[in-house]
Amino acid sequence: MKYREFRLTGSGGQGLILAGIILAEAALLDGKNVIQSQAYGPEARGGASKAEVIISDKEINYPKIEECDLLLALTQKAYDKYINTLKADGILIADDSVKLDIDSNSDIKVYSLPILATASEKIGKPMVTNMVALGTILAITDVVSQESLENAVLSRVPKGTESLNKQALVEGINLVKKEKRIDSYETC
Amino acid sequence: MADRKVVLMQGNEACVEGAIIAGMRFYAGYPITPSTEIAEISAAKLPRIGGMFIQMEDEIASISAVIGASLAGKKAMTATSGPGFSLKQEGIGYAIIAEVPCVIVNVQRGGPSTGMPTAPAQGDVMQARWGTHGEHSIITLYPSTVKEVLYTTIRAFNLAEKYRTPVILLMDEVIGHMREKVELPNPSDIEIYNRKKPTCKPNEYMPYRVKNGDIVPEMASIGDGYRWHVTGLVHDETGFPTNDSNIAETLIKRLVGKIENNLDDIVQYEEYKLDDADEVIIAYGSTARSVKAAIDILRSKGKKIGLFRPITIWPSPKKQIKELAEKVNRITVIEMNLGQYYLEVDRIAGKYTEVAKFGRVNGELISPKDIISFLEEG
Amino acid sequence: MLVSQLIDKYFRTDRLPHIWCPGCGNGIVLRAIVKAIDNLGLNKDEVCVVSGIGCSSRASGYLDFNTVHTTHGRALAFATGIKLSNSKLHVIVITGDGDCAAIGGNHLIHAARRNIDITTIVFNNNIYGMTGGQYSPTTPTGSTGTTAPYGNLDYNFDLCHLAKSAGATYVSRSTVYAANMIIKQVEEGIKNRGFSFIETLTTCPTYYGRKNKLGNAVDMINHLKEITVNISAYEKLPEEERKEKIPIGVLYRTIRPEYTERYEELMKSF
Repeated sequence: MKYREFRLTGSGGQGLILAGIILAEAALLDGKNVIQSQAYGPEARGGASKAEVIISDKEINYPKIEECDLLLALTQKAYDKYINTLKADGILIADDSVKLDIDSNSDIKVYSLPILATASEKIGKPMVTNMVALGTILAITDVVSQESLENAVLSRVPKGTESLNKQALVEGINLVKKEKRIDSYETC
Repeated sequence: MADRKVVLMQGNEACVEGAIIAGMRFYAGYPITPSTEIAEISAAKLPRIGGMFIQMEDEIASISAVIGASLAGKKAMTATSGPGFSLKQEGIGYAIIAEVPCVIVNVQRGGPSTGMPTAPAQGDVMQARWGTHGEHSIITLYPSTVKEVLYTTIRAFNLAEKYRTPVILLMDEVIGHMREKVELPNPSDIEIYNRKKPTCKPNEYMPYRVKNGDIVPEMASIGDGYRWHVTGLVHDETGFPTNDSNIAETLIKRLVGKIENNLDDIVQYEEYKLDDADEVIIAYGSTARSVKAAIDILRSKGKKIGLFRPITIWPSPKKQIKELAEKVNRITVIEMNLGQYYLEVDRIAGKYTEVAKFGRVNGELISPKDIISFLEEG
Repeated sequence: MLVSQLIDKYFRTDRLPHIWCPGCGNGIVLRAIVKAIDNLGLNKDEVCVVSGIGCSSRASGYLDFNTVHTTHGRALAFATGIKLSNSKLHVIVITGDGDCAAIGGNHLIHAARRNIDITTIVFNNNIYGMTGGQYSPTTPTGSTGTTAPYGNLDYNFDLCHLAKSAGATYVSRSTVYAANMIIKQVEEGIKNRGFSFIETLTTCPTYYGRKNKLGNAVDMINHLKEITVNISAYEKLPEEERKEKIPIGVLYRTIRPEYTERYEELMKSF
């Protein structure tokens, strides 16, 4: 397995740092080496937020990510700021509220998904946005096993919210499955 | 071995974990980014294990309370970052002259002054060495991985107790905040050093006399029945102040000597791909991680290059750096400042080889790419 | 007990003579402190005297207890660490007006706020003596010091008001003229489970007295008698007469849970 470098971006309060920790912990449960780090502005809520996860079979020395393999962008601001840090053949997962300007010749694989709406409308809890996002990452990359991801979620979320978070994870996975169906339909 | 628990842990969290294994039962601190998690985790854990946590009114109060607690027999720690570290210097000096074991953590951020609170830097390396006034020596350790934070914190307490001195644990925002895999040790596998206490009759206790074969004087705790006097003034073996110039010189030389004469015990370092290297990089803390990544790339291009990483920053590994200097064509010191440790390396190695420096002060970890382009293009 | 017996029992006689000037009031206060400790029958091993920097703070070195002579202003912060680590100790802080009201003012506020069981005795001589007569936060407005050659412009501090407002549960004031009152107050302060603040007005003939032409040591002590009045009498004085007088006695007492006891309760709750 080569380095897998994930950059999760959005605004403060969306739980992206927790999502990064859970992703890293799941990889750890799978026996991988991981590094998780973050950057945040001085604001506790609303400012730009960025969590990074590096997953590797080998020892990881440099703990930062320059060009990432996968970029999650939940806000326009985060997308505008970080899209240039995605590898030319990387994966972009963006909330469908984000206006994209990816060149049609680009090798970037784009997933524009209703992540925020799924959390706030379908599940009715905006606080599980991060879990929906994690579900999409799992379904698209298979970088960790679903079992490890579920275990990591259960060990990190507040007591009493386990089933809600697990449901959000599944909704995220389903978003991708649905998207894939549309993809294959369109190419037929 | 097999059942050792593997966890994802933040550097600041690993610091508290190590401190508790080492026996920390007192923490006093003041909130400051990027070290605050150390206080928060201590606040949650200590009262559950019979330990004391107190958030003091300021940074100086925190180190003062830590010294008081250590005098009363507790293993004690405080943690801070740049601006707070400046304020701690008063207490560090007191702990040096009164020989009070304690651990001071400084998770470095950009400076001077308020600087860049959430950005990493290594600008306090010289302040760790010379921050408090007056002639002194100091032990400063600087881990580079989260796992190493845990073990180095334990070592910081052990050295503090063994040498009756404050020990500074330097970190930086990168190490403090990143999460990484840590195998938790079985506490029974860990060697813990506790200060030697007097066994003599109270009226025979000489609180600042070193017994034959010992490194430091035996230390009674307040309340043990020895009723000794502690002062920040120059004192004789009884602990009481004196202006006697001979006694003053003897005391200061003993305080410096107990560290400088025990380098083999105190100095710890890592060598990475040095065996056949004709060029060496010296780096520490998070920067050393970038250097390792750069070395792997440069080695794949055929360059014989390696890393020497001091874990004990102060006292510096003089003997090892000199030996390296005699062997290699060039030593480059890479650090997140404009050449602080370079001054020390150049002092030791400059007579024997070319010593270069590369530094950044932009609030970002130096990347392997930066390092490679510096080394290739100069 | 004779004074000589008190000295033998509680002083480190090999550390004497002390550094204080002839006529300095500090010795009167220190004698009152050991007398109070003797009256209470405390075990010397369980008494810890913590001091800061300044003339009065040298007292710790002369006393045969656990003694810690700390850095300038920080005695209360050191004492907080000591008391929290070993709550059985009777922790007594000896400090001066510069030490506790200026550089250590913040520690005073917060030790009082926590109501930690520390007895703080301020030797207030209205001046920085050890450094040579500079004005302090308690130097009266208009008085002179070596750094106030044209008269002090600052307004001076009422430390008892400060301690009370910050949360001390025992606040009292006395003078070296009323030495027996100091003894009683120190006894009560040590017995109080909480933060006790005892201000003692003392004399510095060398600097404060000389700079302000207050006469010799006896004149200065008599002056303290003249400007102070017992709190019960003070409260009966008309407003304009109060301005001329400083009240002494127990100024404030209350009961509030003590910090180390509350911490120990927290530990037991797990």
